[in-house]
Amino acid sequence: MDQNTTTPLLEVRNLKKFFNTKQGLLKAVNNVSFEVKQGETLGIVGESGCGKSTTGRAILRLVEPTAGEVIFEGEDITAFRPDRVRAFRRDAQIIFQDPFASLDPRMSISEIIREPFEIFKLYSRNEQLERVQELMKLVGLSTKLTNSFPHELDGGRRQRVGVARALALDPKFIVCDEPVSALDVSIQAQILNLIQDLQDRLKLTYVFISHDLSVVRHISDRVAVMYLGKIVEITSYHNIFTNPQHPYTQALLSAIPIPKVDAKRERIILEGDVPSPVNPPRGCIFSGRCPFVMDKCREAPPALTETADGHFVACYLVNDTAEEPES
Amino acid sequence: MKTEADNMVAPTGEQAPNTRKSRSQWAEVWRRLRRNRMAMLGLVIILIIFFTAIFAEVIAPYDYRTQNLMRVADPPSREHLLGTDDLGRDILSRIIFGARVSLQVGFVAVSISLIVGGTLGALAGYYGGNLDNVVMRFMDVLLAIPSILLAIAIVSAFGGGLINVMIAVGIATIPVYARIVKASVISIKEQEFVEAARAVGARDSRIIIKHILPNSLAPIIVQGTLGVAIAILSAAGLSFIGLGIEPPTPEWGAMLSSGRHLIRRAPHVATFPGIAIMITIFALNLLGDGLRDALDPRLKQ
Amino acid sequence: MSETLLDIRDLRVTYQTEEGLVLAVDNLNLTLKKGETLGLVGETGAGKTTTALAVMQLVPNPPGTVESGEIWFNGENLLKKKNEEMRTVRGNQISMIFQDPMTSLNPVLTVGFQIEEAVMLHQKLTSKQAERQARDMLKLVGIPEGRAGDYPHEFSGGMRQRVGIAIALSCNPSLLIADEPTTALDVTIQAQVLDLMRRLRSEFGTSMILITHDLGVVAEVCDTVAIMYAGTVVETSDTRRLFTEPRHPYTQGLFGSIPSLDEEVTRLSPITGIMPDPTELPSGCRFHPRCPMAAEICSQRTPTMVPVEEGHNVHCMIYEGLVEAKKE
Repeated sequence: MDQNTTTPLLEVRNLKKFFNTKQGLLKAVNNVSFEVKQGETLGIVGESGCGKSTTGRAILRLVEPTAGEVIFEGEDITAFRPDRVRAFRRDAQIIFQDPFASLDPRMSISEIIREPFEIFKLYSRNEQLERVQELMKLVGLSTKLTNSFPHELDGGRRQRVGVARALALDPKFIVCDEPVSALDVSIQAQILNLIQDLQDRLKLTYVFISHDLSVVRHISDRVAVMYLGKIVEITSYHNIFTNPQHPYTQALLSAIPIPKVDAKRERIILEGDVPSPVNPPRGCIFSGRCPFVMDKCREAPPALTETADGHFVACYLVNDTAEEPES
Repeated sequence: MKTEADNMVAPTGEQAPNTRKSRSQWAEVWRRLRRNRMAMLGLVIILIIFFTAIFAEVIAPYDYRTQNLMRVADPPSREHLLGTDDLGRDILSRIIFGARVSLQVGFVAVSISLIVGGTLGALAGYYGGNLDNVVMRFMDVLLAIPSILLAIAIVSAFGGGLINVMIAVGIATIPVYARIVKASVISIKEQEFVEAARAVGARDSRIIIKHILPNSLAPIIVQGTLGVAIAILSAAGLSFIGLGIEPPTPEWGAMLSSGRHLIRRAPHVATFPGIAIMITIFALNLLGDGLRDALDPRLKQ
Repeated sequence: MSETLLDIRDLRVTYQTEEGLVLAVDNLNLTLKKGETLGLVGETGAGKTTTALAVMQLVPNPPGTVESGEIWFNGENLLKKKNEEMRTVRGNQISMIFQDPMTSLNPVLTVGFQIEEAVMLHQKLTSKQAERQARDMLKLVGIPEGRAGDYPHEFSGGMRQRVGIAIALSCNPSLLIADEPTTALDVTIQAQVLDLMRRLRSEFGTSMILITHDLGVVAEVCDTVAIMYAGTVVETSDTRRLFTEPRHPYTQGLFGSIPSLDEEVTRLSPITGIMPDPTELPSGCRFHPRCPMAAEICSQRTPTMVPVEEGHNVHCMIYEGLVEAKKE
C-alpha cells in the first residue's frame, strides 16, 4: 500500500462513453479521470447505472470509448489499431460478474482456460495442458475437474475458472467487474481472498468494480465513488469510511446495513431515485437528491479537485469555486 | 488462526469430489432424448426409412420400373404385398425407392436453406446495422410470397426434376432459417462468455464459429428436423400437381397423384404412398418435438 | 413477549428432480411471536424460500411435496387445511412480497387496479371504496396517489417494491413474509424500503418473516434470527445475542466471511469448501464437512437442539458436550 512511491500503470483522462438510445444520448461515462499505480487496487463503487462497468470495459476497449485517453504503460490504447488491441489483451484482462454467463456452456473447463493459448498460438498442445493444470492449482481448483463442464460446477468454482482464464496470458492488469456479487457470502470471502493472494504472488494491478462498498473498501487501496457517469470522490480506503466528503458518499455509507447490533449511525435516507443518465441534471449530477443542495449546484457541475493529499472531491461544499470546464 | 496456505488453496474440488461423470451438454441432451419414448419411436422410424432408402435395391422385391400390364391396379396379394399401380408396377418396391427421393429432397432442401439462410442470418445477427437491414428486408420479400407458390414458380421456370425441386423447396424456406438463426445469434451475442472470448483476444470469426454457432444450434436443429418434414410435403405437393419429380422415378407425391383417378376402383394405389408420407412426417415431428424438449434448458432443473 | 403466532414443527419438504430426491427442508422448527420480526438467514439452497412457500402452502407440486410436519398459525394447523380454506388465509392473514416485484405484478394492468383487486378479493367493498383504499395504500408506501393509473413498467425497481408492499398490506395481514425484498435494489433505495417496512410494522403491528442473506439487513430490522444451512435451522436467537455471541460454527463462519465497513481486516476468514449437493447431503451434521471443529461423531449423529441460553438454541454437538470446541 505504498501507493505514493510508484508510477501509474494506467492513466485515464477525460474518458467518455455515450450510447445512442431511443430515448436520446445516454452518457454512461461522462468525463472520468483517474490513475492506477503499479501494484495497487483501485476500487470503483456506485449503484446500478452509474457507469462503473462501462468504465471498466472502456479502459480495456471492450467497448469503444467516445472520447478521452487511456494511457497504459505510457501508450494511449484508444489510438491502437485492432491488432495492437489484441496484443494489449495479453497485458490487461477482466474477471466478470456472472460466473454462470461468462463461461461458454459447451466448452469443458480445460478448453475454456486453454482458449487464450490457442488464440495467441502459445505453447505446444502438451505444454498448454500442463499450463491449464498449473493455473487450476493456482486458483484452488482440483485438477479432477479438468474435463468437467461449467454447468457441473457451483458458482464459486466457476468463478475460479473465470479467474484462471484471466490469468492464462500472464497479464499485469485485471479489471474485476463485480467478481463476487453473484456469490454467496461464504464463497464470496473465498474468492476475495484468492484475488488478494494472486495480487501478492503475481504482482497484479487491479481495478475492482462493485456496488458493495464494504467489499470495495476491504480489497482496495483507493476507492472512487461514481454517480451517474461521473466520479464524485476518490480517496484512500481508510478515508472513505472515516472522512467521506461528498454528500453522496456519505449517504451511500449510511445506507449500508452493518451487521452489528449497536451500529448506531446517523442515517441519511436519500429521496427519490437515481435520475436517468439520458437526461441528467444540468448542474451537479447529484443536485436533485442532495440534502445540501445550493443554487449554484443547479447551474454548473463542480470539478473533481484535490482537497487534501490524494483526496479528490467534486462538490461546492468542499471547494466552492471549482467549476468543471466546458467540454 | 488458519495459516495462509489453508485459505489460499482451499481446493474446492478435493473436498467434494465430483462423483458424477462429466457430461457435455450434447451427452446431456441425448440422455434426455432417450427418456422420451415418442421421440425415440420417431427416431427409430426415421432410421428404418433411412436404411430402406440406402438398401432399396436389396430390400425391394421388384424393380420399380417393371410394368406388368396384365396386373394393373391389383389389390394387395402375396406376390405384391401392397398391390400394383395403374401401370402394374409393384407399389411396395416403388414406396421403398420413393423413400430415397423423399429423404434426399427433404435433407438436401433443408441443407440448402440452412446453409444460405443460416449464414445470412448469422451475419445479420452478429453485425447488425445496414447489413442486417438489407438481408432481412430481402428475406421479408421472399417471405411475402407463399413458399409453395415460390417453389412452383421456380420449378415452372427451370423445369422439374430432382435437383430443381430440391433447390426450389430449399430457396422457398431460406427466410425461415435466416430469421431463426438471426434471433438465436442475437441472444447469444449478448451473453457474457462472448465478451469473455473477445477479452482474451478472439477474432470475430472465432467468436462466431467457436462460441455463437454451437450455442445457437438448439432451435436450428429443431426447426431443421421439422423442416425436413415440410420439405418432403412440399416436394410431394409439387409432384402431385405434376411439377416435381419426373416419371418413372418413384416419388410418393407423384404416386399419390397417379392413383387419384383409381381412388374408387383401387383405393390402395393412392392410400399406401399417402400412408408412407404420413408416417415419415409423423416420425419427423415426433423427433422434432422430442428434440425441442431435450434441448430446452428450462426443463433442465 | 406475547403469544405465539406461527409455530413450525418438524417440517420436511422434498423436491423430486432428475438427479434424485432433494431434501429442501428437513427437521425444521421455528416459532414467531405476535408483533415480532424473524430474520431467516442462509445462503443459496438453505431452504429459506421453500420454508416460506410451505407456510403459504404454495410449494409447487409436482415436483415438491410437504412430506411431514405441522405449521400452526393462530392455533390452526395450516397443513390440514383444504385448498379453498387456504385461499382465504393467503392474502387475508398471511401475505408475501417477493424479491423481484416485476414478476409478481401484472404488466398489462395499472398498479391502482391491482391493489383494488387485492382489496376486493378479501373485503366486501364497493369499487369506489376499493379505489379509495388503493390510493390510500399508495400514499402510505410513499407513492403519489396520482400514479395509481400507471403501469408497472413505468415505475423504478424501488417503486415497484413499494407497490408490492402496498398489495401485500392492503388486507392488513397478521403475518407478512418478505422474500429477499431488497436484494434486487440499490443500497440507497434499499435503505428507503427498509425504512418503510420498519415504519409500517410499528404502525400496523404486523408480524414479519424476513428472508435474507444479508446479516446487515437482519441487524437493522429483525427481533429474532434463525440461521439456516442445507435445509435445516442451525441456530436461533434474539438478534442481539446472535450478533454478539454467535455459537454455531457456521454462524461464526458467516460473520468471518463478511468484509467489514468500519474495521480494518486485511484478510477474511471464510468457511472452506462449498455448499453440499442437495441430492447427496452429508450424514450426521450437514455442516461437518466444512466445519473447522468437526469430530468423528459429527458425521454419525444428527445434532439435537441445545438451549445455550433462554431463547438461544444451537444445533451443534459442541454444546451437547460431545465435541470439544477448538480454540481458533
